[in-house]
Amino acid sequence: MTNSWTDIKNTDLVVIMGGNAAEAHPCGFKWVTEAKANRGAKLIVIDPRFTRSASVSDVYAPIRQGTDIAFLLGLINYCIQNDKVQRDYVKAFTNAGYVVKEGFTYQDGLFSGYDEAKRDYDKSTWDYDIGADGFAVVDDTLQNPRCVWNLLKNHVSVYTPEMVERICGTPKDRYLKVAEMIAECSSPEKAMTSMYALGWTQHSKGSQNIRAMAMLQLILGNIGIRGGGMNALRGHSNIQGLTDVGLMSNLLPGYLTLPTQKEPDLAAYMSTRGFKPLRPNQMSYWQNYRKFFVSFQKSMWGSAATPENDFAYDYLPKLDLPGYDVLRAFDMMHQGKINGYLCQGFNPLQSFPNRQKITASLSKLKFLVVMDPLATETARFWENHGEYNDVDPATIQTEVIELPSTCFAEDDGSLTNSGRWLQWHWAGGTPPGEARRDTWIMAQIHLRLKELYRQEGGAFPDPILNLEWPYADPGDPKAEEIAQEINGRALARVTDTADPTKVLAEAGKLLPGFAALRDDGSTSCGCWIYSGCFNENGNNMARRDTADPDETGAYSKWAFSWPANRRILYNRASANLAGKAWDPTRKVIEWDGAKWSGYDVPDIAPTAKPDQVGPFIMNPEGVSRLFVRGMMRDGPFPAHYEPFESPIANPVAPNVRGNPAARVFEGDLAQFAEAASPEFPYAATSYRLTEHFHFWTKHVIVNAVMQPEFFVEISEQLAAEKGITKGGWVRVWSKRGSITGKAMVTKRIRPLTCDGKTVHIVGIPLHWGFTGAAKKGFGPNMLTPYVGDANIETPEYKAFLVNIEPAPGPVA
Amino acid sequence: MAAYDVGPSEKVHPGKPVVVDRYTVGARINHWITAASLILLALSGLALFHPSLFFLSGLFGGGQFTRFIHPWIGVLLFFSFFGLFLRFWKANLWKREDGTWLARFRDVLANHEENVPEVGKYNAGQKFVFWAMSILIIVLISSGLVIWEQYFSAYTTLGQQRVALLVHAVAAVAIIGVWIIHFYSAIWVRGTIPAMIRGSVTGGWAWRHHRKWLRELVTMRSKEGSGSKPAE
Amino acid sequence: MFPPIPNPSTTDVAPRFSEKDLIRRSASTVPAPEQQLTEVAKLIDVSKCIGCKACQTACIEWNDTHEEVGVFAGVFENPPDLTPDMFTLMRFSEWENPETNELEWLIRKDGCMHCADPGCLKACPAPGAIVQYSNGIVDFVHENCIGCGYCIKGCPFNIPRISRVDNTAYKCTLCSDRIAVGQGPACAKACPTQAIVFGTKDEMKQHAEGRITDLKSRGYANAGLYDPPGVGGTHVMYVLHHADQPELYSGLPREPRISPLVEAWKGITKYAGLTVLGVAAGVGVLHHLIMGPNRVTEDDEEHAEELTEGDGHGRV
Repeated sequence: MTNSWTDIKNTDLVVIMGGNAAEAHPCGFKWVTEAKANRGAKLIVIDPRFTRSASVSDVYAPIRQGTDIAFLLGLINYCIQNDKVQRDYVKAFTNAGYVVKEGFTYQDGLFSGYDEAKRDYDKSTWDYDIGADGFAVVDDTLQNPRCVWNLLKNHVSVYTPEMVERICGTPKDRYLKVAEMIAECSSPEKAMTSMYALGWTQHSKGSQNIRAMAMLQLILGNIGIRGGGMNALRGHSNIQGLTDVGLMSNLLPGYLTLPTQKEPDLAAYMSTRGFKPLRPNQMSYWQNYRKFFVSFQKSMWGSAATPENDFAYDYLPKLDLPGYDVLRAFDMMHQGKINGYLCQGFNPLQSFPNRQKITASLSKLKFLVVMDPLATETARFWENHGEYNDVDPATIQTEVIELPSTCFAEDDGSLTNSGRWLQWHWAGGTPPGEARRDTWIMAQIHLRLKELYRQEGGAFPDPILNLEWPYADPGDPKAEEIAQEINGRALARVTDTADPTKVLAEAGKLLPGFAALRDDGSTSCGCWIYSGCFNENGNNMARRDTADPDETGAYSKWAFSWPANRRILYNRASANLAGKAWDPTRKVIEWDGAKWSGYDVPDIAPTAKPDQVGPFIMNPEGVSRLFVRGMMRDGPFPAHYEPFESPIANPVAPNVRGNPAARVFEGDLAQFAEAASPEFPYAATSYRLTEHFHFWTKHVIVNAVMQPEFFVEISEQLAAEKGITKGGWVRVWSKRGSITGKAMVTKRIRPLTCDGKTVHIVGIPLHWGFTGAAKKGFGPNMLTPYVGDANIETPEYKAFLVNIEPAPGPVA
Repeated sequence: MAAYDVGPSEKVHPGKPVVVDRYTVGARINHWITAASLILLALSGLALFHPSLFFLSGLFGGGQFTRFIHPWIGVLLFFSFFGLFLRFWKANLWKREDGTWLARFRDVLANHEENVPEVGKYNAGQKFVFWAMSILIIVLISSGLVIWEQYFSAYTTLGQQRVALLVHAVAAVAIIGVWIIHFYSAIWVRGTIPAMIRGSVTGGWAWRHHRKWLRELVTMRSKEGSGSKPAE
Repeated sequence: MFPPIPNPSTTDVAPRFSEKDLIRRSASTVPAPEQQLTEVAKLIDVSKCIGCKACQTACIEWNDTHEEVGVFAGVFENPPDLTPDMFTLMRFSEWENPETNELEWLIRKDGCMHCADPGCLKACPAPGAIVQYSNGIVDFVHENCIGCGYCIKGCPFNIPRISRVDNTAYKCTLCSDRIAVGQGPACAKACPTQAIVFGTKDEMKQHAEGRITDLKSRGYANAGLYDPPGVGGTHVMYVLHHADQPELYSGLPREPRISPLVEAWKGITKYAGLTVLGVAAGVGVLHHLIMGPNRVTEDDEEHAEELTEGDGHGRV
């Protein structure tokens, strides 16, 4: 989230698209009801199904899954055509006026530089014209035909209301009603918030779905302001924390990136991460990258990380591929290239697409270690559970070791919520049986490995042997110790760079925040963006002060919000070029002639003059990007691509199948149904239900009571066509698998007309498996295709093709 | 040809006094099971009927057991009474003299039976009790099943159950009323109770109250007597 | 935001109401309480409800009931109906508004309404099994319950359910045990959107006014409060978008009242019945006193003897 849950109460218009906040985030949804009840805010829900969110909406618009970009670019087109643009904001705070290099084109669904064989782009043309001064060429008048604004205008012009209706199946009048309401928020006095979740991410163009809305929000001037923002509703209580601390194969904590094989030393590594400003006077915060990186290395390897050894740069693994995401990892497992797997707090048998492939992959392992509080399906993948897990245990030789761990209520620690708040929690109960904290388990494994390396050596034992392990009880690190390590410490006295007499932190003390980080090895910090969470003031994550001056929704003394306890990112953009709030009733921070101050921690240097330094300091431009240069694999603008399995061919680019830059593994392509396949005529999607959390709560009797059994949701029309009755059994199958379940026949799903064709939607909730208190059932990953988002490889769970028929029930 | 209301086991034994067999052992057991059931039902039912009588549930070991046992006794009563019904329905069919008897009911009440016509095994009053009981028991068992929460609540609507409750209550009041008539008559008309205890009445009782029945029995006896010997 | 009820005190507190505050007690009478407690109410704003079932979950947890894991029956209601272990239930109804052609998914939390004139209490034959406090809470006292199910028939909303385990009736208690120590009902505590709020009945009516104004501004011209006068008003009230058609909400009764059948049964029948029986018995006694027994005379016996001796041919 750019903003926070509590800030949603400040909005005038909530757009829930690519998510179902009421269903999947009922507690956070309270802020929507607050905005509605107290501000008269309106709620728009755009979803293939009439969801629980839709049930309390003012306007509901149906949409075919996987067509969000067409809808959103259509909205941008509508706003541009109808002059519903917050012009001053766009001119000042976006790259609308930046001139793009000659050679950049978009034609027939492809941007310039496409290599079909590699399914990848040469992105060299996706950049600005750089002037002789080394800065980007900008046309503030937006007249240059090659400026971003004019390219965008041209790019979105195809997405007329008629085209949106043709692609998305959204009736034109309904679409225009939505467009009109959204366009109203181009006024500085009106704010719109976007609430989205896995309905946008779980597509082969998930990142671009989000970008499209971000662009719309920028055009409406809604980023950085109270009640606005791009608000990702994270799917787990701490999934924000997971990404923040870099639990991805290509990341280090705080969104630093892992080196690649092409970067043999620190200098090479830093050469591409300096992010020199693209505008005069601009602050480019990533210029501090080295401080963050070196401090991270110091937290990892302590005294073994020295200036002489590039701060132990060699200890870091170097990527030979863009990343080892879960799809690649399981594909490698499938090929026999990975043969041991430590599975911690994860249930891939249920979570990853094409379950047959997952089962086959796990069956090829030599060993599988599962650390989990629950009896997961993954740990039992080798058990035969009839049709629900139809395997032959005798043929599976994988050794499975289960290490029972504690659940969140049984240990101390922090969870980072969607709004970037690090909230400390305390153990509420003692763990049952032999369950141990994950930290204990990891420490024990580490200490044993370390001992083995010490005794036996090995190819390169140094990273393990020298790993900093400063805990009072090495076998059982405490949550506070780890939190302090993440916050960072001064290893030597740290003074203010501007005023060396001012001491920021004495040696050995906790750092006040990331501004105190140094790149000379005098500071250590496990995750720079979290710095400040546990400093000499104490555990700031444990703060529980509900004070909220003027009820702005900031709640600055509640917990700790990264970065630097900032509640609204880019909050400098809430004020105009004179430093005054666009809307005085929504003041966040303002310039008083000498410095920025207000309700929130300014997201800019406190003394940065408003007319000189752009608000988007994480970008070297200082402005936000409507055109994203070469930073996305699949294009600097979003473009409509059909899902890999689609009921119609792409109306704007009929020859392009799926997202042309999405990675597809050999062998998986053959398992995709073709567009408009007569064999698989129905558009399926998957989703959560409010009664459950993933595959966890089916282990809880009360939740199992609330939603006991797997079902498949279809429209009354499809039910009538197929002779399916309410509560009757059906079989649903895709090119990859087949499942059975009972049918929910509902008015809440209606067939759509897309490209002149009736498209029926089949909804498949995801909460059932073969362990737990609920009835045994199937999950959508029996059916879904093995392909992910082009940028971050989130699997395409939300749009695929199936067939359906009535089925006899299971034999009693 | 036997009279419609004379059972095969009913016999007249001459003597001083004359003894007339009125009820067999089976009939008596059947009657007393029915009687006991009805009384228990009345007591338990009244306990649930009116708060001032809830104390009666104490006789059954408390409200829960009262609630549990009442419908089961009802089932017993139903089957038990069904036995009586099979035994007595013929004798309770309406006869011409019953009308006259009823018309002179004032004399019956005034103990002036000499003014009423001779009647068979049952007079119109008894027949009324018999048929009232029969009908009310059918009404009670059927309405009772509808409100038998534990087993049958799922088969009817709440509306039907509410009707059943009211019907059951009214029918119960009625049947207790009928029972009061029955019970009082047995006390009032002395010599009646032995019929259901020993199974027999005196000839005088039969003469006084069911003279037609007595005559039939006597006639039958003589016929049997003549029929048993070859004609001379 | 409706001010949340503060967390409970960690020290013992004296209950705010007790037996002294009863205004009705089933099948018995109670002395008028010395003081009238402020009436409380739970307000369920259907327009804010997202059907998440947190209320159901909280209800099970707080009351420590043991509802069984059922099956999917083609609908969102789980369990499919109220049970002795499920005192409250989200009911879902898909309705196409003929005026707007819009689909509306009307979700209503069903449960005891805590009527001012409770039909359950009226129907209950067991003294003290159902009680009503002067603050409006209607509560079941299980040690006095006999499990007859009359409360179900008495209830205009079809709420109580009889447990097959202990054969007593169960329903929402309005968390009387929580309210007695200054807390709100568990469902209200758990409700993420404050669709359920709890306070005094006056506060709730006032809060409802604001919600109704908001709904009217959104085009729900018939938005209103459901506080049906037929049962004397209720201590669980609904804000409905379509207050003119409450039956749209999974059959919420339009004009609920205690069934006339139940009124007749528990009214005239009860009194008339006993009177009839008393009179019948009295008439018997009186008759016996006045007319005396009807005895068989010596004459009668002689006639009988003559008859039998005459082998049936004798005429007397």
